[in-house]
Amino acid sequence: MKYVDEFRDGMLAKGIAATIAAEVQPDRRYHVMEFCGGHTHAISRYGIEDLLPASVRLVHGPGCPVCVLPVGRIDAAIALARQPGVILCTYGDLLRVPGSKRTSLLKAKAEGADVRMVWSTLDALKIAQDNPGREVIFFAIGFETTTPPTAVALKQAQALDLRNFSIVCNHVLTPSAIQNILESPEVRELGTVPLDAFIGPAHVSTVIGSAPYEYFAEEYRKPVVIAGFEPLDVMQALLMLVRQINEGRFGVENQFARAVTRQGNEKAKALVAEVFELRKTFEWRGLGMVPYSALRIKAEFAAWDAEKRFDVPDVSVPDVKSCACGAILRGVKKPTDCKLFGTACTPETPMGSCMVSAEGACAAHWTYGRFRETKTA
Amino acid sequence: MTLDLKNGRIDMSHGAGGRAMQQLVEQLFIKAFDNPMLRQANDQAMFDAPAGRMVMSTDSYVISPLFFPGGDIGSLAVHGTINDVAMAGARPLYLSAGFIIEEGFPLADLSRIVASMAAASREAGVPVVTGDTKVVERGKGDGVFINTAGVGVVPDGVTVSGDRARPGDVVLISGTMGDHGVAVMSQRESLGFETTILSDSAALHTLVAALVAAVPGVRVLRDPTRGGLAATLNEITHQSKAGIVLNEAAIPVREAVRGACELLGLDPLYVANEGKMIAIVPPEDAAAALAALRGHPLGSEAAIIGTVIADDHCFVQMDTSFGGRRVVDWLAGDQLPRIC
Repeated sequence: MKYVDEFRDGMLAKGIAATIAAEVQPDRRYHVMEFCGGHTHAISRYGIEDLLPASVRLVHGPGCPVCVLPVGRIDAAIALARQPGVILCTYGDLLRVPGSKRTSLLKAKAEGADVRMVWSTLDALKIAQDNPGREVIFFAIGFETTTPPTAVALKQAQALDLRNFSIVCNHVLTPSAIQNILESPEVRELGTVPLDAFIGPAHVSTVIGSAPYEYFAEEYRKPVVIAGFEPLDVMQALLMLVRQINEGRFGVENQFARAVTRQGNEKAKALVAEVFELRKTFEWRGLGMVPYSALRIKAEFAAWDAEKRFDVPDVSVPDVKSCACGAILRGVKKPTDCKLFGTACTPETPMGSCMVSAEGACAAHWTYGRFRETKTA
Repeated sequence: MTLDLKNGRIDMSHGAGGRAMQQLVEQLFIKAFDNPMLRQANDQAMFDAPAGRMVMSTDSYVISPLFFPGGDIGSLAVHGTINDVAMAGARPLYLSAGFIIEEGFPLADLSRIVASMAAASREAGVPVVTGDTKVVERGKGDGVFINTAGVGVVPDGVTVSGDRARPGDVVLISGTMGDHGVAVMSQRESLGFETTILSDSAALHTLVAALVAAVPGVRVLRDPTRGGLAATLNEITHQSKAGIVLNEAAIPVREAVRGACELLGLDPLYVANEGKMIAIVPPEDAAAALAALRGHPLGSEAAIIGTVIADDHCFVQMDTSFGGRRVVDWLAGDQLPRIC
């Protein structure tokens, strides 16, 4: 398949792997955090770790939109879905994320709540148009990639004066999360999480551009290479990072130049700025309250802001006690460090969010990589 | 009175046991499936039991949409059950058909489905010899559900079962993966994409017969339907208490299917097939098995895709085209589009 196979070419991968192996310095360790769940997924799915020398270690980051949503927000979605007359629309993965008290949107649906999985915000708008007597709530999640489509839905709802449609905005911001990780005691003071470099997001960066990473690359002296989601993209980005580390540089480089510019997508950014504003603070699973890390709907669009129109419970609910999702999202623990991993917690019976989404570190490792702990062939 | 097959609709009387039901059975079902056993109009079919071991299987069909590129619920209900019987290495003999029809369902659609079913059954040489019709109130069904059951007989000397894979055995597949699932998905309005892919829905019993004739020692046969190749191989490794290592580059997938899966964030290994089978054979029979499959029109794209290994964890693993290795796991929940 043209424009796909080229980026999954095994021979080219071997070539890059050989170059990485030749260039890593023998006395050095290279700890690289891939921020995005999309990269986590690609790394596990294509077996990229099998191609890397032992000194290059990948640390999974928090960039999985479903994973970072805290339990309290899941509970809020379930509470909204259970209100009479409501149709709650959201993206597929979220349906299976456990809330507190062993609930989930999927279970609420089985109990009679009208929960619909949509593929795009426009599907949710259509459901609102087709059901004028019902309140249709779109539970919006995701990083900067999914924010512009939500903005489009808001603008459309306004243009159509669609009064039975509203949105719960849970959109979060990548740079704030990276900075939060870099500021964490494990990274800064305790040194328990060695982090030498970052693979920067692919799709997020098509929207925000490469410029937003320049500040923390400089400030925290950590090189960043923005990479596409194909496996060769990841390999090439790793080589670029090894070179930056070897040479003592800490710049922002763009491996994904076929889609990402320094400024990003100006139209999308303008659209997002028109309808959203920064929240003072927002709770992330794993990271806790992170200042200026999420968006809310501006006052002039209040008519479509479900948080203004409905009683959306805003309570912080702790994770299941032995679930290590929080530490895993910060890179402090690996999935296999969690006591629940593969025992009480599997993709069929997830206890924490990292086991739900295909982009979650636990699900990716369980689904694709768990043979590594039990080498049999 | 004749049924209005053009504009008529199913009503509750068609399932009530009275004259309307009699008309439906005679003018639609018996007419389409016509054969001496059915014409006897008894509540059961009577036939001589053949010598040897018999197999029996049943499956219910609830597919939406009812009509899809390359088939419909009727042809699928015939092919699916014939295949389930054939995967024991058996020759399918007879089918039954049970219809659960929703009140208001257009007779034109029902007639189209029954005609397609009858054509599939005739083409396969496996008659529908007994049947049943029920009508449920509007809102209590989804148009029409069909159950079929089938019986067949296994040739002497053939023992095919999911628990017979042994380390060293070779895994073959009869053709491309994912055609049926993508064809059906393309018809769901919420996705709104167009494709030229047709469902691979087909009766595989003659392909099985050709394989069993060439390789009587075939150990495992199974059609990778729901859950695709991945789920079916995991079933087999757990039944056989062994592992399988696949070679990704060897697994045939059509370009258009790969493209659609790529767009939708799906993995072709998890997409359903309705006209393909997995065969596991001893290593010394691999070449003969491949030749037998490729010599049949339904197996022209057959390939050797992997090997059975000793593995207490019963993992299905795959050497990726990229050069790494990964687990090919059961699917958790439905395959979902990725959002980031």
